[in-house]
Amino acid sequence: MEVDLGVLVVAILQAAVRSGTPILFVCIGEIYAERSGVLNVGLEGMMLVGAIAGFTAGFTVGNPVVGVIVAAAAGAAFSLIHAFVTITLRADQIVSGLTLTILGTGISGFFGKAMIGQVGPGFDKFAVPGLAKIPVLGTVFFQQDAMVYLSYVVVPIAWWVMYKTHLGLAIRSVGESPATADSLGVSVTRIRYGCVLFGGAMAGVGGAYLSLAYTTMWIEQMSGGRGWITLALVIFAGWNPARAALGAYLFGGADALQLRIQAVGLDIPTYFLMMLPYVLTITILVLASRASLRRRLGAPAALGIPYAREER
Amino acid sequence: MAIRLERRLERSRQLEYLVPVLSVLLSLVVCAFLLLANGNNPLVAYGAMMKEAFGTSYGFAEVLVKATPLILCGLGVMLAFKMLFWNIGAEGQLHMGAWGATAVVMTGWEGSGWLMIPAMMIAGMACGALWALIPAYLKVKLNCNEIITTLLLNYVAILWVAHFIYGPWKDPVSFGFPMTKLFPEGAQLMRFGDSRVHLGFVFALIIALILYLLQEKSRWGFEVAVTGGNPKAAEYAGMSTGRNILLVMIISGGLAGLAGMVEISGIQLKLLKDISPHAAPYGYTAIIIAWLARRNPWGVLLVSILMGGLYVGGETVQITMKLPVNIVLIIQALILFFVLGGDILARYRVVFSRPREALGGG
Amino acid sequence: MNVLTGIYLPEAGRIKIWGEPVQLRSPKDAIERGIGMVHQEFKLVQTHTVTENIVLGLGSGLARVGEEEARDKVAELSERYGLAVDPAAYIWQLSIGEQQRVEILKSLYRGARILLLDEPTAVLTPQEAEDLFTTLRSMREQGHSIVFISHKLDEVMAISDRVTVLRGGKNVGTLMVRDTNPQALSNLMVGREIKFETFPKPEKRGAAVLEVKGVSALNDRGLPGLTGLSFEVAAGEILGFAGVAGNGQEELAQVITGLRGVTAGSLIVDGRDMTHAKAREFILNGVSYVPADRHGVAVVGDMSLTNNSVLRRYREKKFARGPFLDFSVAADYAKRLIEEYNILTPSPETAVRSLSGGNLQKAILAREMTTRHKLLVVMSATRGLDVGATEFVRQTLNEHRHEGAAIVLISEDLEELRSLSDRIAVLFHGEIMGIVDAATAEIESLGLMMAGAKQAEVTG
Repeated sequence: MEVDLGVLVVAILQAAVRSGTPILFVCIGEIYAERSGVLNVGLEGMMLVGAIAGFTAGFTVGNPVVGVIVAAAAGAAFSLIHAFVTITLRADQIVSGLTLTILGTGISGFFGKAMIGQVGPGFDKFAVPGLAKIPVLGTVFFQQDAMVYLSYVVVPIAWWVMYKTHLGLAIRSVGESPATADSLGVSVTRIRYGCVLFGGAMAGVGGAYLSLAYTTMWIEQMSGGRGWITLALVIFAGWNPARAALGAYLFGGADALQLRIQAVGLDIPTYFLMMLPYVLTITILVLASRASLRRRLGAPAALGIPYAREER
Repeated sequence: MAIRLERRLERSRQLEYLVPVLSVLLSLVVCAFLLLANGNNPLVAYGAMMKEAFGTSYGFAEVLVKATPLILCGLGVMLAFKMLFWNIGAEGQLHMGAWGATAVVMTGWEGSGWLMIPAMMIAGMACGALWALIPAYLKVKLNCNEIITTLLLNYVAILWVAHFIYGPWKDPVSFGFPMTKLFPEGAQLMRFGDSRVHLGFVFALIIALILYLLQEKSRWGFEVAVTGGNPKAAEYAGMSTGRNILLVMIISGGLAGLAGMVEISGIQLKLLKDISPHAAPYGYTAIIIAWLARRNPWGVLLVSILMGGLYVGGETVQITMKLPVNIVLIIQALILFFVLGGDILARYRVVFSRPREALGGG
Repeated sequence: MNVLTGIYLPEAGRIKIWGEPVQLRSPKDAIERGIGMVHQEFKLVQTHTVTENIVLGLGSGLARVGEEEARDKVAELSERYGLAVDPAAYIWQLSIGEQQRVEILKSLYRGARILLLDEPTAVLTPQEAEDLFTTLRSMREQGHSIVFISHKLDEVMAISDRVTVLRGGKNVGTLMVRDTNPQALSNLMVGREIKFETFPKPEKRGAAVLEVKGVSALNDRGLPGLTGLSFEVAAGEILGFAGVAGNGQEELAQVITGLRGVTAGSLIVDGRDMTHAKAREFILNGVSYVPADRHGVAVVGDMSLTNNSVLRRYREKKFARGPFLDFSVAADYAKRLIEEYNILTPSPETAVRSLSGGNLQKAILAREMTTRHKLLVVMSATRGLDVGATEFVRQTLNEHRHEGAAIVLISEDLEELRSLSDRIAVLFHGEIMGIVDAATAEIESLGLMMAGAKQAEVTG
């Protein structure tokens, strides 16, 4: 079999962007939650809830855009549990997040039973006029579906809000030193609720990408560990929305590569190839941890710690 | 009106015990609404579940069968949680344990009869422990977040097992099913009477006792508890946190590995794809068990048996009432959420405060 | 003051500002009424810039932060009140004195007319404190009201016009400063006469217990935290360490208790080379340690007093039964500590988290003091304790010295150091500026050394 290497590389890169997009949405949302000081390890569960809610809505109405909106709402509503339990009740964020994942897996499976085997509406690829003509980059970035283009808008906005606006300053302060923010009249509770709900909505959108664009069907536990991979990418991105894109596409590349190698039929056992994204993520995490050990940079100082005004 | 929490000086003892009981009831109530939405009668469903799990001797034996791997994984996770090391990789460690035990069988070595089982146990525990050592080492050396590493390694372990049962170890006469050939008799754990309850359950009981002594009574257990309570105090007390993380994870992974070994050697009798139920894997349920048991070994025993009942009941209603088996996961998660919330009631007093008009205005 | 800044809600009574009754339901209310607060522990986001810290909370939503414009206004305010600080610097790059200036600027930027300062000089060198007083006087002249909360009588006398004495949350008297004197104030504070005593020192010192030669170590950021420290502490001697917080005290305490590795030099404890020994070996070799961070380091909050009482002693044969810990022996031991040190707790099984600050410190001291030790390292032993508890702690330390323990006493309280220590060493930027005899040391020269002058420059 003869393969044109150039075409293959471009195809893999294009697929990498596609594979990376759901993770990118989730990652942006989690960065906001963590920047405000709330760790939500329930991404996997929120993605699944978003995926099934989005698919069901899209399938019923016959319009994928409705699906995405419903998915965002479902993700946000679902994350409200985590917000209430960890912010208001100050329970352990890790245990609550783990439980959220288990609950999300259960609920999506329960309500998803009826949707198994259905084919829903999806987002089709279309070329952006002009931009798609750019050699290589045009194909990689601008012959994609509408949700990929949406992510191109979301990332810079997320970055701008985080670093240039009063809201962003308040979010970062609440995550670093809630007592400081509180003493200046910034509501720690409101900011944290907002960020967790936004994180939930974004996880829902990321899930919907899987069931409305990446495929157009519902498969049980279709997130396949992407929520956990995202948690590692948040660290890799240094809690910066712009760097999240890099991490997401890197993971997408590994995913695309293993699928492509399988398709080409190189003599590497399939299951070892399928490990690639997970092993790559662990490697990335190891490298990011080494870097942060060296530079003493790290997570928001108040990450994981409930805030109570009366206690020291 | 705002909700405020005030810390109680003393934890409320009654609430401490009341919370888990109420949580179970509340979660069943919430789940009833889901069942109603799905067009099922929740009372009938719950009745069928209870009757099957705890109403017949066959059913109860099956409960113990399910509880066996849950106890072993739960104890392992409990010890890691005691130290606040978030080992959520029991599922992967269980798979590696099953793989290690199978590897012994696959060598074709017949052993001298009784040696086979101990060799499988050692191999299973060693593989589980080694798998758990990866995240432990990364945590100690590079401060790598163990939540992520333990979890991602689950996916890798499951794919690793898949590679062998779809490939080198696949039984040629399995009609395409991904599984090894049936284990020889020498590699099968003894069962009790007609039931499927096997020697693994006895191991689980003995290990619960050992872990009780280790965790609650020994000086090393004190180190683990101090490290979990305040890592800086552990350092101050001259305890070696790094060494203890490695030790804890060797035990934690080893126990999950043993769970994998007894599951294939006692129940499945071969290595196959879903060693652990797909809808509610043992390794994840173990996390819930360890937390609900309040990191207490006897609690793990009790909660595991209750969870075993949930599995058996869930399977029953899946067959008889065509209910999605995911209901098991939902109930588990809801219980845990209610306990998380309820614990706050035990520790804090909830105060509803209204803006005090009378005060400032005079 | 948490009531005045809207953090706590008052349960009774009313507050009037400029003659108008007000309700302060949140920090925001207080800010809007022109009340500014400088807390003892600064409320600053370390990873943000000075300007970001100052404008936090002043805009909302998607409004741009506009750092450039804000920076100009900050620069203008620093000029006007003599509060020199770089608006573009990150907080973690600033000295403690500069951070305090940021706190004051933050209030002024918001148009504060009333400024509350909680123990503002506790963290400053005497010279920095003098600068602060200059700023405060200039603010007074420009029409600001200042509430200066302090337990240091000389400062209160130096800066205030009027003084109110609080005891047990009650106002026990308001006086004009010009009509009173320090002795009268201190009588009001404690409700009885106390004497500022200097403890008698033993005639003879024993052999050197701790010998530190040319020791260097890194801090948590991986930068040099201690450089070339050399000193000795003898049996029956208290060596005090003075210095402004954050000049290597924490690192020093950790190095001589084995909790922080050294990068150069040597450490000898009781004749044994312990340069690279682990914390466990220090404990076994008779080194006790009372850390500054009581909740964060010294105890496990959720564990009982019994468990915490054996935190550093659980390896001893006395508490062991084979591989097991004998909890009944530990409980007896805890009961003994409770009695001897008069620790107020419902029972030895109560979680130490619920102990009051003073009782917690007593429990920690009790544990460390009853351990048979050759060297005792004590950091900020009396910070936050009431007068009675402080006296008790000082007495106990003095007794231990007379019994022949070598004691390293690290404190920010110069009075305490002078009354207890035989000699005082001054730390600045991780170096020892000089070691002086406590009996003859002058506050002035100690202050200069705390600000970075070498002993030779001060005395020579």
